[in-house]
Amino acid sequence: MSWTKKILRVNLTEGTCTPEPLNMEWANDYLGQRGLATKYLVEETDPTVDPLSPDNKMIMATGPLTGTMASTGGRYSVITKGPLTGAIACSNSGGFIGNEFKNAGWDMIIFEGKSPTPVYLYIEDDLTELRPADDLWGKSAWEADEMLHKIHQNPELKIAVIGRTAENGCLFAGVINDLHRAAGRSGVGTVMASKNLKAVAVYGTKGVGSLDNPDAFFEAVADGKEVLAENAVTGQGLPTYGTQVLMNVINSVGGLPAKNMRDVGFEGAENISGEAMHEPRPSDGKPNLTTNGACFGCTIACGRISSIDKTHFSIKDQADKTQYQGSSGGLEYEAAWSLGADTGVDDLDALTYVNFVCNEDGFDPITFGCTVAAAMELFEAGKITLEDTGGIELKFGSAEALVAITEQLVTGEGFGAEIAMGSKRLCEKYDAPELSMSVKGLEFPAYDPRGFQGIGLNYATSNRGACHVRGYTIASEVLGIPVKTEQTDTDGKPELVKAFQDATALVDSAGICLFTTFAWGMDNIAPQIDAACEGDWSVDKCLEAGERIWNMERIYNNAAGFTADDDTLPKRLLKEAIKSGPTEGQVNRLGEMLPQYYELRGWTPEGVPTAETISRLGL
Amino acid sequence: MQKSLHLDPAKCTGCLQCEMACSYEKLGEFNPSRSLIKVFSFHFEGRFAPYTCTQCDEAWCQRACPVDAITLDMSTGAKIVIEDKCVGCKVCTISCPFGTVNYVQQTGKVAKCDLCGGDPQCAKACPTDAITFIDANATGYDRMKAYAEKSLPSAEASA
Repeated sequence: MSWTKKILRVNLTEGTCTPEPLNMEWANDYLGQRGLATKYLVEETDPTVDPLSPDNKMIMATGPLTGTMASTGGRYSVITKGPLTGAIACSNSGGFIGNEFKNAGWDMIIFEGKSPTPVYLYIEDDLTELRPADDLWGKSAWEADEMLHKIHQNPELKIAVIGRTAENGCLFAGVINDLHRAAGRSGVGTVMASKNLKAVAVYGTKGVGSLDNPDAFFEAVADGKEVLAENAVTGQGLPTYGTQVLMNVINSVGGLPAKNMRDVGFEGAENISGEAMHEPRPSDGKPNLTTNGACFGCTIACGRISSIDKTHFSIKDQADKTQYQGSSGGLEYEAAWSLGADTGVDDLDALTYVNFVCNEDGFDPITFGCTVAAAMELFEAGKITLEDTGGIELKFGSAEALVAITEQLVTGEGFGAEIAMGSKRLCEKYDAPELSMSVKGLEFPAYDPRGFQGIGLNYATSNRGACHVRGYTIASEVLGIPVKTEQTDTDGKPELVKAFQDATALVDSAGICLFTTFAWGMDNIAPQIDAACEGDWSVDKCLEAGERIWNMERIYNNAAGFTADDDTLPKRLLKEAIKSGPTEGQVNRLGEMLPQYYELRGWTPEGVPTAETISRLGL
Repeated sequence: MQKSLHLDPAKCTGCLQCEMACSYEKLGEFNPSRSLIKVFSFHFEGRFAPYTCTQCDEAWCQRACPVDAITLDMSTGAKIVIEDKCVGCKVCTISCPFGTVNYVQQTGKVAKCDLCGGDPQCAKACPTDAITFIDANATGYDRMKAYAEKSLPSAEASA
C-alpha cells in the first residue's frame, strides 16, 4: 500500500484534530502529495476564496514513496490557494519532515479555519494537538525551531515553521523545514500565518511499510539508484556543484537573464557560480562551500552547505548575527540568479548571507530577488526615489543595497514593506506594471524565455505562474534530456512542454524529487510506484494521472478567474530582442506555440478544457 | 577473516538510507526511529556522522548483563542480544561507553547492531561508501595510505 491511508484534519477555529481515512478512490486517480491534496482542496474549497481568509485551506501532503528507500523519497508539499498569485499554490520541499509525517502515520494534514491565538501543531504518532505558540510568534524560523526542540527535549523532532516575514504579511513567505529546506514559492507561508499557525512539530515511530510487492520494490529501487549514480548530472554534476552547476552553462548558451531581465548574459556570473563556491577565499583559505548534503533518502545529495566569509561586511563584527557565522543551506542556482544576476550583484558572500536570511525568516529568494531587481529598475528610472527607499541607493550591482533591503523585509519596516508585496503590486503602485517580470503574479526563475522557447511556453501556461519546476524543458533544450531540442526553435515545443508538465505533476505526487528526472524516465519511476502501491501503476496510468492533475489545476485556476489572457509573458520578453551573445536577436515567440499547446491539451482556443477532455480524464 | 563496519564521516551526506535499510532488515518497515545505526547532523558545522556499535572484543555491555543475554556471534564477532533472555534491565545501556546499545520501549528489551549476521544492510545501502564492511585489521588502511602519500617528497623536490 505505502500510503498510511490516514489523514489528519485540523480545525484551527475549533482547535480540534480529527483523524479520518484517506479517500482511496481519489488516491487511485491522483496518487498522493500534489495531485491528491489538490483534489481535496478542489473538493472542499471555493476557488474564488480569499487566500488569506479562514475559508481557504492549507494541506501538508506526502506521497506514497515518501519515507521509503526509493531514492529521494522524502518529499512533501504544501498545497493551498496562493496569496501572491490567486492561483493554485503547491510548493514542494525536501529535508526530513516528509518522512516524519509518514512515520507518524499520516499521509496528509488538512488545516482549515483560523486559530484565535497563535498555535503550533504537535504530532507524536497518534498524539495530535494544538498547543499555544504565543512565545514562538515574532521569532524567526530558526529561533522557533530551537525553542521547540528545547521544549520537547527531542533532537529527532522535525519542524516546519514560518518566519517573521509571513507574520508581517509578506506575500511570498514560505514554510521552512529542517532549518534550510523550504516550501518556498507562491506565499504558502503567508497562508499559514493567516491561520495563526506558527509551526508543525512532528515525531514518528510507527514505520513505513506494507509494500505491495517488496521484492519488486527493492529491485526497482536498486535499478533506479544505479541509474542515478551512473548519470553525469545526478551522479557527478549535482553532488559536486549542486544546482549551481548551471550558472556558467546557462550563461554561456545565452539564457541567463540579468538586471530585471533587461539583459541576457551576466558579466559577473562566474563569481557567483558553483565553481566559485569551491574556490578558497583569501581571508581564511576556506571555500564558500563546506560540503554537500542530502535530503531524506536521497542518493544524489545536491544540497549546498556553505559559509559566509567572516570578514564580509554583511556579518563582520556584528554581535547580533552570530547565527550566520557557521555553515548552513545554500546557495542554489535559482537563488544565486535572482539575488545575484537579476540584481546585478556578483558578491558571493552577500548572496550567501541573503540566502541564509531567506531560510531563517522564511521567504522565497526568487520572488524577493526579482522584486528587488524591479525596484532597482524603478529607481534607475526615477519612479522610486531615495525618499521612498529611506535613503537606500537601490542601484543595480549594489550588494550593500541588497543586504539593507533584505534586513528591512524581515522586520517589515521601511521600503521592505513595499518589497513584501512582490514585483507585480510594486510595479503597479509605481505606475510601471510592465517592469514586473512575472506571470500570473509569480516571478521568473533563472532561464530567459527569449533564449529558450520551450521554457517560455511552460512559464506562460504553468498553473502556479512563472515556474521552472512545472515543466523543466531546459533538460531538453540545454542538456539533451531525454532528447536535445534546439533552444531557439518553437517546433515541437508544445509537445515537449505538455509532456514535461504532465510527467512532473506525477513525480510531484509520488513523494520523490524532480531532480531524479535528469536520469529517470517514467519507465524508472512507474515500477517503483507500482511495487510500493496497491493497484496497477503502469507508465501509461502514471502519465494519464499526471495529465489529470494538470487539468484539475487548470480548471481550478479558470474558476478562480484566470483566462487565456493570463497565459502570457511580460512584453519585454515578447518584444525586446536579446541585445548580444549567442541568442542575440531572439524574442519569445509564444504566439507560434500557444494555440497548438491548447489543441494538444484538448482545450478550447480560450484555454478551457473541453467536455471531451474532462470526460476522458474522469474529471 | 573478521570484518568490521568502517565509518567515514567525511563521505556521509546524511541521506539516512542506512537507517531505513537497518530498520527494514530488523522490522520489515522503514523506521529510522528504530534504526541501530544513527546518522548525526551537525548542521551549522556542515558535518554528518554515522555511528553504531563497534563490536568491542571485551564488551562492556556483555560483561554488565546479569542474565547473559548478550553473546558473541562466533561467525562475525558481533555481540548480539538474545531477546528471549533480555529482561530490559538497561544495565548494558549504562555500561556501554559509546551509547550504542539502547532500550526500546516498544519491545521492553534492548537492541544493538548485530552486523546482520555478516551482511550489514547499512553498508549495502550507503550510496557514498561512508559505511563499508571491510577486513577488521585494515580499517585504518586508507587513512594510513593518505598520510603516506603526504610524506612523499614532492615531485619537484625529488627531481
